Amino acid sequence: MTPVLDLVDVTKVYGDGDAVVRALDGVSLTVNTGDYLAIMGASGSGKSTLMNIIGALDIATAGQYHLDGIDINTLDEDALSIVRNRKIGFIFQSFNLIPRTTALANVELPLAYRGVKRGERRDRAKAALTAVGLSDRMHHRPNELSGGQQQRVAVARALVAQPSLLLADEPTGNLDSRATADVLKLLDQMHDEGRTIVMITHENDVAQHADRVIVLKDGRIDEDRLNR
Amino acid sequence: MNLFESFRSGVQSILANRLRSGLTMLGIMIGVAAVIVLVAFGQGASNSITGSIEGLGTNLITVFPGTAGGAQADANLAVKDLTVDDAVALNDQVLAPDISAAAPTKRARVSCTAGTLSHSTAMVGSWPAYFEISNSEVSEGGYFTNSDELDGRRVAVIGKTVADNLFDEADPIGKEMTCNGVPFTVLGVLVSKGASGFGDQDDTIIAPLTTVRNHLTGIGSLDTIAVQAASSQTQAQAQEQLTAVLDARHDVEAATRDYQIFNQASLLTTVNQALGIFTALLGAVAAISLLVGGIGITNIMLVSVTERTREIGIRKAIGASRRVILLQFLIESTVLSLIGAFFGLVLAFLVTRVEVAGIQPAIVPASVLGAFVISVGIGLFFGSYPANRAASLRPIEALRHE
Ligand SMILES: Nc1ncnc2c1ncn2[C@@H]1O[C@H](COP(=O)(O)OP(=O)(O)OP(=O)(O)O)[C@@H](O)[C@H]1O
Ligand SMILES: [Mg+2]
Repeated sequence: MTPVLDLVDVTKVYGDGDAVVRALDGVSLTVNTGDYLAIMGASGSGKSTLMNIIGALDIATAGQYHLDGIDINTLDEDALSIVRNRKIGFIFQSFNLIPRTTALANVELPLAYRGVKRGERRDRAKAALTAVGLSDRMHHRPNELSGGQQQRVAVARALVAQPSLLLADEPTGNLDSRATADVLKLLDQMHDEGRTIVMITHENDVAQHADRVIVLKDGRIDEDRLNR
Repeated sequence: MNLFESFRSGVQSILANRLRSGLTMLGIMIGVAAVIVLVAFGQGASNSITGSIEGLGTNLITVFPGTAGGAQADANLAVKDLTVDDAVALNDQVLAPDISAAAPTKRARVSCTAGTLSHSTAMVGSWPAYFEISNSEVSEGGYFTNSDELDGRRVAVIGKTVADNLFDEADPIGKEMTCNGVPFTVLGVLVSKGASGFGDQDDTIIAPLTTVRNHLTGIGSLDTIAVQAASSQTQAQAQEQLTAVLDARHDVEAATRDYQIFNQASLLTTVNQALGIFTALLGAVAAISLLVGGIGITNIMLVSVTERTREIGIRKAIGASRRVILLQFLIESTVLSLIGAFFGLVLAFLVTRVEVAGIQPAIVPASVLGAFVISVGIGLFFGSYPANRAASLRPIEALRHE
């Protein structure tokens, strides 16, 4: 079976000459379907850089990266946007909902970009919002929702298109303990349903929810361990 | 994401920033209104002048005596007068089938009195056919007849201005007036044609030619022969037949012709061409303000793209292609421009209800259509730079934007 993620010797270099920064320095990593992976590491160790490459938002300077068997390095900008739409659901630290747009419309958006018809889109978005416990907040705008509720909308938006991979960059970084527990519970639930999850986090007890933890240091994998 | 939905989201984001959108629209609105209003005024002026030329007569061709060169003409050429016989010949249905009527005219400056009132004007002596040729209908009373003309009776039909000046409020029909000492009975009053570029067309008296010649001018050369072509399509043929008849009678050819022709149709064409250029210039000046409005759109869309950089990043992260982003901003700028154009149209309709300097503006449908097409064009053109900028933002950089 092809792994969901397959990175071989991925390197990312920023800048040139004296100012060159090797944000990633030969990262090799395989993640299989149904895995729940946490990426940890000190600030500046390359977590976000790795997440951008995994999320097809950026292209590696060197190395191989296959997502669901697709060679991402060879794709152009338009093909990358299709890959992001079909294969990946993003959850960001700062929620990143579209302002002045209802929760429902936000959740519909990935389906709209995929060309799903209005009626079906609406039904699926409602189902996703119900799944994250927001059936009574569908017509609220982001500025009318609490941080935890916004992040749950973001989870619904990431899930609605049934992506191969859920990618979360410090999803609980801006949340209090109650909301953190809610979101982590949702992720656990997704994991139980067989979704593949990659999550960046600073906090050990958040990382405890994952099956596997890798720790980055200076752009390299310093530690790769299984929980429990 | 179909076009309709993109359209809706465009309207939504315009509504989200009402004041700013409104100010941007103002530029387009003023530009569109200026184009439509100025072209309408040009058209109004054209209508007014065309109307007064047409008021001279229907399918009118006028023959004047004298050579085209005027005073400098070859002294060896004997200039023959235009005669009543010339006019009779032009009425020949065999030689000139496309001429429906021809009437000789002789003009006299007269000062007339009726009771205590007096008025100076021009009296035209002609045949009854002249009423039809010169588009002169009576509103009250009647016309003089062929027998009035043959017998040289002292009767006349007067224009509205003359009636007002000589008879004030009273009914002039059947009343007497004295012109240069000659008493005339008023038979009718002409329908008003109004004032125009050619002066007051109602300040005139029409009387039988024989009467005018006998009592006022004497038997000299005619002033003109007024000729009516059978239809506007046959003006050219009528003019050919006219020259053939007169050339034969005067024994002249093109180079030695001792009369001149003034064709109403060709005057109309010339005047309309000149007015067309005038109107186009007005429109072009107005179009510059539309251009300025367009630059306003570019400006505001650039601000909008900068403000929404992060939003664009999010959209790209969840799978919006370049095309979708491009379309979103293009539609937004086009809708902005279209709404501005709509209000501009409303403004133009209000403004053109007002008559200025005697010109009633006439909205030209093509200018309305043109203004709309141009404003869509402006939205697309002036929106394309900001939209392109939005579409080519790199997602990670856009997401990092605060
Ligand atoms: N666009 C960029 N240009 C130059 N250098 C960059 C850029 N982005 C990241 N870097 C550098 O790459 C390294 C890794 O950055 P990255 O953002 O991946 O760290 P991180 O592990 O996510 O840190 P944090 O926990 O603080 O978010 C850092 O040294 C950073 O300065
Ligand atoms: Mg980071």
